[in-house]
Amino acid sequence: MLTIGLLLPELLGTYGDSGNARVLAHRVRARSLPAEIVVMKVGESLPEADVYVLGGGEDGPQRLACDLLRASDLVRRVNDGAHLFAVCAGLQIIGTSFAVAGSDNFEGLGLIDAVTQRGQVRSVGDLALSVGDAVLVGFENHGGVTTLGEGVRPLGAVCRGRGNDGESDGVRTQHIWATYAHGPALAMNPWLADEILSAALGRELDPYVSVADRLHLARRQALGL
Amino acid sequence: MAVMKRSLSLRSRLAVVGLRLVNALSRLLGRGQGTVAGGRVGLRIDPSLLRHLAQDREVIVVSGTNGKTTTSAMLAAAWASPVAHNTTGANMMAGHVAALASNSAPRVVLETDEAWLDVVVAQVRPAVVVLLNLSRDQLDRATEVRALAQRWRDMVALSPDVTFVANASDPLVCFATELAAKVLYVAVPSAWHEDASACPKCAQPLTFAQRWSCSCGFAQPVAYSSVDQSGNIVVGDVAVPVETTLPGLFNRVNAAFAIVALQRVGEDQARVASRLSAVSVVQGRYGVRRWRERTLRLLLAKNPAGVAALLADLDSSGEIWVAINAQIADGRDPSWLYDAPFEWLAGRTVHCLGERRLDLATRLAIDGVDHRVIDDEETLATGSDTVTLIANYTTFQHWLAVSTPC
Repeated sequence: MLTIGLLLPELLGTYGDSGNARVLAHRVRARSLPAEIVVMKVGESLPEADVYVLGGGEDGPQRLACDLLRASDLVRRVNDGAHLFAVCAGLQIIGTSFAVAGSDNFEGLGLIDAVTQRGQVRSVGDLALSVGDAVLVGFENHGGVTTLGEGVRPLGAVCRGRGNDGESDGVRTQHIWATYAHGPALAMNPWLADEILSAALGRELDPYVSVADRLHLARRQALGL
Repeated sequence: MAVMKRSLSLRSRLAVVGLRLVNALSRLLGRGQGTVAGGRVGLRIDPSLLRHLAQDREVIVVSGTNGKTTTSAMLAAAWASPVAHNTTGANMMAGHVAALASNSAPRVVLETDEAWLDVVVAQVRPAVVVLLNLSRDQLDRATEVRALAQRWRDMVALSPDVTFVANASDPLVCFATELAAKVLYVAVPSAWHEDASACPKCAQPLTFAQRWSCSCGFAQPVAYSSVDQSGNIVVGDVAVPVETTLPGLFNRVNAAFAIVALQRVGEDQARVASRLSAVSVVQGRYGVRRWRERTLRLLLAKNPAGVAALLADLDSSGEIWVAINAQIADGRDPSWLYDAPFEWLAGRTVHCLGERRLDLATRLAIDGVDHRVIDDEETLATGSDTVTLIANYTTFQHWLAVSTPC
């Protein structure tokens, strides 16, 4: 059984972000393996899970979500080997600090050495990265500029859009994948969903072809990639 | 052509002449309905043109994420004529000045884009502002919804003379109208709370029971009017019998807002109710149309709350087509498909159309909803089943253009 923990969707779910948890569960079940989604709502304690999913949100909810997660076991669990996929505000929350209404350096979870400051302009539009041989396609809508600490690896190199800083986007560690590509980024990038699932299940997955592959190709073509 | 108001300044008159000239030209050239282009020219010549054109007229402004076009049409139809009204869906300032320049009627209904509401209210000084709801819609270009609620709140605080008719069941709307000097609340049934699960005031979670409330004390206000799950409308403790021709519970809700707003400007309730029943098609919406050999019921839904409202009322027979684009007018980010409850379509087959049909199909696939990706719409030209076609903005325009009224 693969357990997917969807964290605080009522605070971090501005752009269909809970779709990522559903994509992961769907792709596990498509391999005839069992999967379940457990949801942590405001006021509840962190459930045990193999993969945690964090979405995006507006300033007020982002602050509250960060406070609630800081008080939870999330950091310990991820450091103990649980996997985490975070988008947009979720990416900012797992860093050291971020700028948000009312504070220029609100304390993050510190899972990653990364500082997010306010950018000059909001970045709204298609985002694409090269990640090894693969391409991640998505959509970003944020005002942050994220600077990674020494030796922290981004998820990929930006080909379209801004990501962290116009050069690179997101964060990648052994157990963490994070990107500014918000919303159901995993729906558009089935290869990334499978990469996370393989890591979490500790095994290669059988190939699974679906309409999501056509979607991924169509978005790459639309961006000339 | 309407007579120009004598009270207008020379500059405003010049602006109106320019506006009409451009719109006559653009209609002549067959470029659109000729409202926005002329309106822009008029505003360029006289930036205060909207204020000048609205002077001495009784104005009702309608805004909200969903239902504003239909509610505006209801208001225009049920108010004693003549009424000037921006009927072409051009709901920002350029559309407003075009509507007012072409019709000097003493009563005005202005459907208004949510992000323009504060500017428009400051200019036209309306008697009544109807605030239907506020939820996520086209977040790639609009301000995020909580920031928008804050702007509404500022606008309300600056408008002590305006009567607001506001949705009591929508916490974001109530946040906007909390400090209103004059407000009449309408309580409505609604299932979609995704944008309001955190308190607009303190970000703590809201509790939704019969009424919503927060531990900080912010709670659903007492309603003057209400609509129940069966669509029964009560205004000031009195049941109002209204026959609406437009389908759906959400149109009963729109009717309730129209009745309360018109009562506020002195309209007789019985007369309003009888006129409301005559509204059957609004800008092509809800109309039954022909395309090739097919009969289509064409429905517009451009955000999660809109889709939820339509899916809750869906015909149980016939084919379902859903057409999705992500052009600028639609919002370029179709992530919202994952916030719309398409899983309610389990057991049906959905025909996926539009430029973003693969996004839709992928969305349906993860919830196991049977679907067909239609790369060539001509393959659907024959068939005997009636079709319910749910389309977002630019796909709706496309299907309206290629089909004809029955």
